[in-house]
Amino acid sequence: MTPVQTPSIFAPVSTPAFAIRELSFFVLGITAVIFVIVAGFAIYTLIRFGRRPANPDLEPAQVYGSKQIELAWTVVPFLIVVVLFLVTARYVWGIERRAQPADALEITVVGNQWWWEIRYPKLGIVTANEIHVPVADARPTPTFFTIQSVDVAHSFWIPQLAGKMDAIPNKTNRVWIEPRQVGTYVGQCAEYCGLQHALMLLVVVVHPKDEFQAWVAAQQTPPVDQATVTAGRQLFSSLACINCHTVRGTGGNGVFGPDLTHLMSRSTLGAGAARNTPENLRAWVKDPGAFKTGALMPAMKLDDTQLDQLVAYLVTLR
Amino acid sequence: MSSVPTAVPAPRDIAPATESSGVLAILHEWVVTVDHKRLGVMYVATGLVFLVIGGLEATLMRLQLAWPGLTLVPPDTFNRLFTLHGTTMVFLMGIPIVFGFGNYLVPLMIGARDLAFPRLNAFGFWVLLFGGVLLYFSFIGGDGLYGAGSAPAVGWFAYAPLSERAFTPGNATDYWNLSILVTGFGTIATAINLIATIATMRAPGMTLGRMPIYVWTMLTVSAMTLLVLPPLSAAQIMLLLDRFLGAHYFDTQAGGSAIIWQHFFWFFGHPEVYILMVPGFGFVSEIIPVFSRKVIFGYASLVAATVAIGAVSMSTWAHHMFTVGMGSTLNSFFAVSTMLVGVPTGVKIFNWLGTMYGGKLRFRTPLLFCCAFLFQMLCAGLTGIHLAVAPFDWQLTDSYFVVAHFHFVLIGGLVFTVFAAIYYWFPKVTGRMLSERLGKWHFWLFTIGFNVTFVTMHFPGVLGMPRRIYTYPADRGWDMLNLVTTVGVPFQAAAVLILVINIVYSLRHGAPAGDNPWEAWTLEWATSSPPPAYNFAVVPAVTSRRPLWDLQHPDDPDGPHE
Repeated sequence: MTPVQTPSIFAPVSTPAFAIRELSFFVLGITAVIFVIVAGFAIYTLIRFGRRPANPDLEPAQVYGSKQIELAWTVVPFLIVVVLFLVTARYVWGIERRAQPADALEITVVGNQWWWEIRYPKLGIVTANEIHVPVADARPTPTFFTIQSVDVAHSFWIPQLAGKMDAIPNKTNRVWIEPRQVGTYVGQCAEYCGLQHALMLLVVVVHPKDEFQAWVAAQQTPPVDQATVTAGRQLFSSLACINCHTVRGTGGNGVFGPDLTHLMSRSTLGAGAARNTPENLRAWVKDPGAFKTGALMPAMKLDDTQLDQLVAYLVTLR
Repeated sequence: MSSVPTAVPAPRDIAPATESSGVLAILHEWVVTVDHKRLGVMYVATGLVFLVIGGLEATLMRLQLAWPGLTLVPPDTFNRLFTLHGTTMVFLMGIPIVFGFGNYLVPLMIGARDLAFPRLNAFGFWVLLFGGVLLYFSFIGGDGLYGAGSAPAVGWFAYAPLSERAFTPGNATDYWNLSILVTGFGTIATAINLIATIATMRAPGMTLGRMPIYVWTMLTVSAMTLLVLPPLSAAQIMLLLDRFLGAHYFDTQAGGSAIIWQHFFWFFGHPEVYILMVPGFGFVSEIIPVFSRKVIFGYASLVAATVAIGAVSMSTWAHHMFTVGMGSTLNSFFAVSTMLVGVPTGVKIFNWLGTMYGGKLRFRTPLLFCCAFLFQMLCAGLTGIHLAVAPFDWQLTDSYFVVAHFHFVLIGGLVFTVFAAIYYWFPKVTGRMLSERLGKWHFWLFTIGFNVTFVTMHFPGVLGMPRRIYTYPADRGWDMLNLVTTVGVPFQAAAVLILVINIVYSLRHGAPAGDNPWEAWTLEWATSSPPPAYNFAVVPAVTSRRPLWDLQHPDDPDGPHE
């Protein structure tokens, strides 16, 4: 059994998610009071006037209305709405209009059918589905995301870090996080985007600052060319792989599929379709549809030798 | 007094004289009919058939989601199921039932002999039925030249650009598009018909201020339909142009806009929720007074609240779009406009409670459904407030919390009131009572099943489960909640089965109803059960909101109190 990791919106670890929880407790409180009063009055009415009457044939007194009472139960809800609106607007502004500090980390997230491209434009890193950010413990060091899509609408959602932000083609959206706690937080695409909407995992790994720097350095280094896997590497660049995939430092610079430069540093294949082990990787390359029906990567019809050589090469991409 | 016959003469028997009485003859009679009552019955029957079909689709989805990682329903099939479930329940269950009851009841309640345009009425029904058949024909015809897909799998709101040819080749999406376009024409025709009827064909003395509240709700939603359905039709025609003639309205790869589709869709889609709900409020406003034996509390404010809901709900559509990046100003505007709808809705709930307070409650099946409705509508309204708070919505939208919320609105609200209405007006339509005993089984099974399923369904949403996923991993802590959600389904299915049995059985064996079994006060109870083709032999004259109360209590008529 894998340990349970529930992405509850009420277990925030990041500034905007904390703010939303604060606001939601306020709203939940108000609505709970309304519920108790109205439901209580309803139950009282049903019990008191639901008893078998002494003289059932006689109609009860006909009350046509009361201007005062009706006015009261119109004005009071209206006042509640005014309060709720002011509080809401304050939080909307506070979260959406936060200025981006000069030293904030910038990440571009691009929704694809059915995976996420993750770019660090200032650091020259491109990866997929798994986002690595530094923790904001002592000093506020937020991460600002630019959210885009290359095909249909998706939605970027890691509940413990921030609310959703849609990835919409022809549009650039922004959202930010400020995680205060080291750890791994999961989310997934939250806007229906076609066949495999269910398999669009998002993972955010929050590192201590020095660990994050080490991760950046590792990602910036091209993978070491190993002589033992030359056959696989040649296969990779002679087949259609490089039409879609990039491996930095080789001829492969395709942009339709995930960047494979540090493929083995990621924990899953196909955005959560399977754990990233050499065995699964081999099965994935053989037929991606076996893990993820309709995945846009085709089965390349490789024979067993080719598969062995190719996977031997791919597992060196650490 | 009101009992004095007016000068309007009784028409000759306008029902077609039938020479034979075989099945074919009966079928022929129903197919060619322009009688608002028969069309009303056919509308509601169509809606109930699609309720069962949509319910079966929901059942399959719940089985697939009962436990993590199940492979009972393949991904593409699951996506088709939720697309058809949503489309069916809104356009083929909700709309026909709402306008079917309107068809049947509005002329009777205002003392008219039919709708203003009986043939247009028949057109509206048959076009809607055709649209429904067209949607389901997609299972066969949706493959198209590309051999891609069968039924549509774009979701009931068919977001662009997923609905563009690049992402959904084949004909499946076109079946969705054309069938909804066609049902829309029928609905617009019926809305025009109802408005014309209410405006011009009220009985002598039936001023606007004396109309039953249900008639006010139908007037409101018909006007809303005229304002919001044509924009959807326009957007669908644009999508059609995109898909067949190479236009680029929503084609983002050629510079089109994905957001514009969302605006068009929700400008229809949100008021649509109220088009379905407000007539349900109308049912409740008719049923609660009769079973409380009291006049409705605050008629004027209830009517004002009805019209206010209609008006305000037209400026709330973009609360479905808090996460598309509209900016803080628009987010705040749509937050407050949405919260404002809560005020007239609250007024209605208070008026209904005020009506019951001091009454002598008769807990027959129609009132039971209304009582459950009150609590469920309260919950639906309050979770609606949660969703109106834009930042809270950034977390909740497109999660299972939203799914639970709108099922509370549309089942806990609409479907419960429809059940109440079926038990209440069945005697009028057929001349026979539905079984109270089966009715109570229906009520308790459905209420328990509904709450087990949909109260529980809020929680996986809060725990981060998005909607429209065909499976989910085992390590998220969503498994037990989903299992419980599914456990509620058989209760609801059994309850609907009991309703069907009750209807079939009572059609032949139900106790004779008489003209006015519930001792109600509105005009439809003044004629026979079932009413003759011409409704009223003598068009009644009206002097108050409760003409039959005036007849029963000539010593204390309503008029002076209004």
